Amino acid sequence: MAVAETKNTQLVADIPVTTGWTLAAREDAKARLAAAGLPGRRDEYWKYTRPDAMTAAEAPAGEFVDYGEAPVFSEVDRLKIVFVDGVYDAAQSDDLSLEGVTIERLEDAASADIHWAQDLYGTLETAGQTPVARPLATLNTASAKDGILLNVAGKVSKPISLVYHYASDTSDAMLHHVVKLAEGAEITVLENGPAAARFNTVMEVDVADRASFHHVRTQGRQHVRNSATHIFARTGEESQFRSFTMTVNGTLTRNEVVLDIQGDNALAHVAGVAAGDGNAPQGYHHDDTVFVTHDAVNCESRQVFKKVLRNGATGVFQGKILVKPDAQKTDGYQISQGLLLDDDSNFLAKPELEIYADDVACSHGSTVGAIDDEALFYLRSRGVPAADAQDLLVLAFLAEAIDEVADEAIRELLLTRLEAWLARRRA
Amino acid sequence: MLEIKNLHAELEDDGKKILKGVDLKLEPGKVHAIMGPNGSGKSTLSYVLSGRDGYEVTEGSATLDGEDILELEAEERAAAGLFLAFQYPVEIPGVGNMTFLRTAVNAQRKARGEEELSAADFLKVVRAKAKTLKIDGDMLKRPVNVGFSGGEKKRNEILQMAMLEPKMCILDETDSGLDVDAMKLVSEGVNALRDEGRSFLVITHYQRLLDHIKPDVVHIMAEGRIIKTGGPELALEVENNGYADLLAEMA
Ligand SMILES: Nc1ncnc2c1ncn2[C@@H]1O[C@H](COP(=O)(O)OP(=O)(O)OP(=O)(O)O)[C@@H](O)[C@H]1O
Ligand SMILES: [Mg+2]
Repeated sequence: MAVAETKNTQLVADIPVTTGWTLAAREDAKARLAAAGLPGRRDEYWKYTRPDAMTAAEAPAGEFVDYGEAPVFSEVDRLKIVFVDGVYDAAQSDDLSLEGVTIERLEDAASADIHWAQDLYGTLETAGQTPVARPLATLNTASAKDGILLNVAGKVSKPISLVYHYASDTSDAMLHHVVKLAEGAEITVLENGPAAARFNTVMEVDVADRASFHHVRTQGRQHVRNSATHIFARTGEESQFRSFTMTVNGTLTRNEVVLDIQGDNALAHVAGVAAGDGNAPQGYHHDDTVFVTHDAVNCESRQVFKKVLRNGATGVFQGKILVKPDAQKTDGYQISQGLLLDDDSNFLAKPELEIYADDVACSHGSTVGAIDDEALFYLRSRGVPAADAQDLLVLAFLAEAIDEVADEAIRELLLTRLEAWLARRRA
Repeated sequence: MLEIKNLHAELEDDGKKILKGVDLKLEPGKVHAIMGPNGSGKSTLSYVLSGRDGYEVTEGSATLDGEDILELEAEERAAAGLFLAFQYPVEIPGVGNMTFLRTAVNAQRKARGEEELSAADFLKVVRAKAKTLKIDGDMLKRPVNVGFSGGEKKRNEILQMAMLEPKMCILDETDSGLDVDAMKLVSEGVNALRDEGRSFLVITHYQRLLDHIKPDVVHIMAEGRIIKTGGPELALEVENNGYADLLAEMA
């Protein structure tokens, strides 16, 4: 195996024993990875983020922090599916039955010879490898033992909530989810939990015409965690795709979203809030890497990413909008902003537009700044204590991204978490 | 109420001296006006009193009911009853005007050991006060001062003052940018707050405002000091003759 031979300090793609219908995709992924290799520091796509922790043979140890808060989506009426260190836990999970969707574990389903997910597993991931390679996702396609397969036929009444618990400081987890939405189907997928010491996830989402996919995810509760996530989605006519991520902890987080808008009159929003404190035991480095391709007429895409950083934390944004020649009437918007609470922190952004159609409205902007002293004084002059005033301004800065979460109750839950995070960091 | 003695202040950045010995004493219930040429230090005085960063007091004192306010944080001065209506109110994107007002009112109540106002009670009071200032529901919902016209910003300052009920109100050119009707509205808002226990320091360039808000005392400030103090007639004199004579007297 080429991968193993070149660098034995690096992870090697390792195909699980029970593979069934996934075998072809896994072997293909293994071959692709052998050809492309794992990401290294010199890769242009990894210019601002070091992939070492994700590619090392052994997962660096993790460290979980318990604030005594209830998990973020505890009060949401949902169907809960629990993974502990990346392994499905039936005892803590709800019964996997819900109207409008069939739910299966990848590991259970994999023993079959044929499966509906066969056309998707590794397929969207493969498509997302051009023009930029994403080898960590390829590694995942080859090696992930478990994950969830959702075949969504109708409007699903409550969210599927994937909860990632944490048991061992050295857990090295890989999950591969596949979500297929039939025409007109609707589902919300939630993800939360400390996950694992090292966590590599892929979610492939196929959104058919007039279907609607909502995704809200939080990444927190673990200061020392290295994770790389990928979402690959293709969307049909008049479909909706919305994904929001809030990240408040993590030594390294790289969240990649690769969206291929293939049907006309569709809408796709990707947003994120990252709140980072570099004083965590091994610091905070957060990277959002987004690639949106418009290949259809009259579609709207939005990318809204905000990061508030302190004590030497680093935030990265690499975002691209690619508008293909026939994607007329495209409305593409992208904003990435960093709010630095001190001089030690960093926000690095690489926004890109590549447009081959002539009748489009695309805009992008990226800013980095500090708390506005004038606004801070104005608030204080009205009696608001300095710390409260600062928190208020931080939340105001993040608001545009949080407003991307359509569900008000969930938005409130996220705000409560952020407020608690801010409160814990007061001098 | 407010007593300022020989106050000297300079810019922290470059040591530029702006206030060069200000003396001022306001009795409770009185309205004092300060007039003076551009750049004479009127806004700086209001900022130094309200606790803005960037100035260093090198000499003198300022007390509110005997308490040294220069030692206090800006928010503590506010809780002690000092209020500044800004010459240039600040825009705060992302913070709703209503949230801002409620946060401010409750922060001050908390600082004084009083109960916070319930959302319902607060809403009732705000609506009533906003109405008299012709501030509509939309302006209350929008982010603080963002996209407000000059006059709307000034009316919003007075709304904040009405909600916070401070005892020492400093109004820095609240009349600038106001049309004739808004000037009346704002003046009525101020006059409604006039009270035996409350004093006003009104900074203005024009007699017009003082027709509506009648001052007890008028001060002329120039080059960082009060160079003359008199009755309401002093404002009329400035209106008619400008500052040339007064400045000549000083030299
Ligand atoms: N932050 C600053 N940096 C540099 N100069 C300053 C600063 N603040 C005040 N000054 C200067 O101090 C002087 C007094 O300014 P101030 O704003 O107090 O005047 P003012 O009396 O309020 O004038 P106006 O009537 O035009 O409002 C001016 O010369 C001004 O340029
Ligand atoms: Mg001024």
